[in-house]
Amino acid sequence: MSVSADRSEERARAAAYLLGLADDSLVYAQRLGEWMTNAPQIEEDMALGNIALDLLGQARALYPHVGELDGTGRGEDDFAMLRNEREFRNVHLVEQERGDFAQEMVRLLWFSAYQVELHRSLGSATDEVVRGVGEKAIKEVRYHLDHARQWVVRLGDGTDESHRRMQAALEWAAPYVDELFDDDPVSLAALGDGSVGGHSPAALRAGAQHVVELTVAQATLTMPDPPAWRSRGGRDGIHSRPMGYLLAELQHVARSHPGATW
Amino acid sequence: MSALATDLSVTEAISRIPDPEVPVVTIADLGILRSVEVDEVARRVVVTITPTYSGCPAMEAITSRIVFEADRRGYAAEVLTRLSPAWTTDWMSEEGKESLRQFGIAPPGPAIHGHAGPVAVSLQKRVVTCPNCGSDDTTEIAHFGSTACKALRRCESCREPFDEFKAI
Repeated sequence: MSVSADRSEERARAAAYLLGLADDSLVYAQRLGEWMTNAPQIEEDMALGNIALDLLGQARALYPHVGELDGTGRGEDDFAMLRNEREFRNVHLVEQERGDFAQEMVRLLWFSAYQVELHRSLGSATDEVVRGVGEKAIKEVRYHLDHARQWVVRLGDGTDESHRRMQAALEWAAPYVDELFDDDPVSLAALGDGSVGGHSPAALRAGAQHVVELTVAQATLTMPDPPAWRSRGGRDGIHSRPMGYLLAELQHVARSHPGATW
Repeated sequence: MSALATDLSVTEAISRIPDPEVPVVTIADLGILRSVEVDEVARRVVVTITPTYSGCPAMEAITSRIVFEADRRGYAAEVLTRLSPAWTTDWMSEEGKESLRQFGIAPPGPAIHGHAGPVAVSLQKRVVTCPNCGSDDTTEIAHFGSTACKALRRCESCREPFDEFKAI
């Protein structure tokens, strides 16, 4: 095989991996955006809106780079607005419907703990764009993690009712956690040459789990038992029921008015 | 500065563009403007900017203002966005910090870099000085303020709420 064919296969593997990361950020940004005007305090509307904006920014930086690496030249709107459900590569955690505030803080705790480890890894990538995203985003996701930790501690170590709901939220999220740290074939194939960082999803788990366990203990909560069922398939484009509804809301304007600009 | 100060050089004019969200500081003061390269022969200018936050919505307004300021001086501008090295509040000029303070926004302290591993939950332990009365007795009201780059605090001495530019 020629050197250039090798290079283009490497680039395609990196693109496939980065697409999953960008989709996680986009889909979670969409879910967090649903809290605007629905959060328990106006300050929380602002906080979740700002976190969503950071995640959207990560996705917007990655999508055009994916389009460049995979040779299709697709831009951010092509990826966000014009793909079907089976073409999205996000994990199931981020697509689940918005629950109560406790559930959101547990989801944010796990996701941002994961993202701190992820972006630290991306910060060592040899690909300049990927490294830039990692160096930029790690400052942001540390702050997201801090925000989630404050709420989990405050509510877990709060009233009987807030404690009960926080514990229930930990149980709710448990089946979706493992998928974040699965060493799927796409990730493993991409990570060989260091262009997108050196840590496989499983290697990110220890650091993330440590932070979650510390927080849970500080919040006087208990880590849930291993769930009987766990989610799978997001990185292969297999999604759960809420995903189609989420995409319908995200995409309907762009699809109803093809090519519209403003 | 007059709105029609076309006698400014293109570099100077671009450096003086105010931040759309915090118009008392310029994009140069904030450290958003990384470089301006002028090609007088080709009448082209290449401007590199870096976002404060990944999703900062002001970037599009800043980009179009750069193109506008270049165009009115007869230059075609190309605006590049660079993420690495990541923007830090340490790049903010002292003049910029003083302008923020006078505007009622507490300027950022030194950024804490590269703290590895889990950090303790930060339950409001930093010392932030009230930009209105100078008291250090202030508390955080909200972790996130009116823009991604700010948090909301209250002074316990003069009781005024104020924005804090977060150190990152």
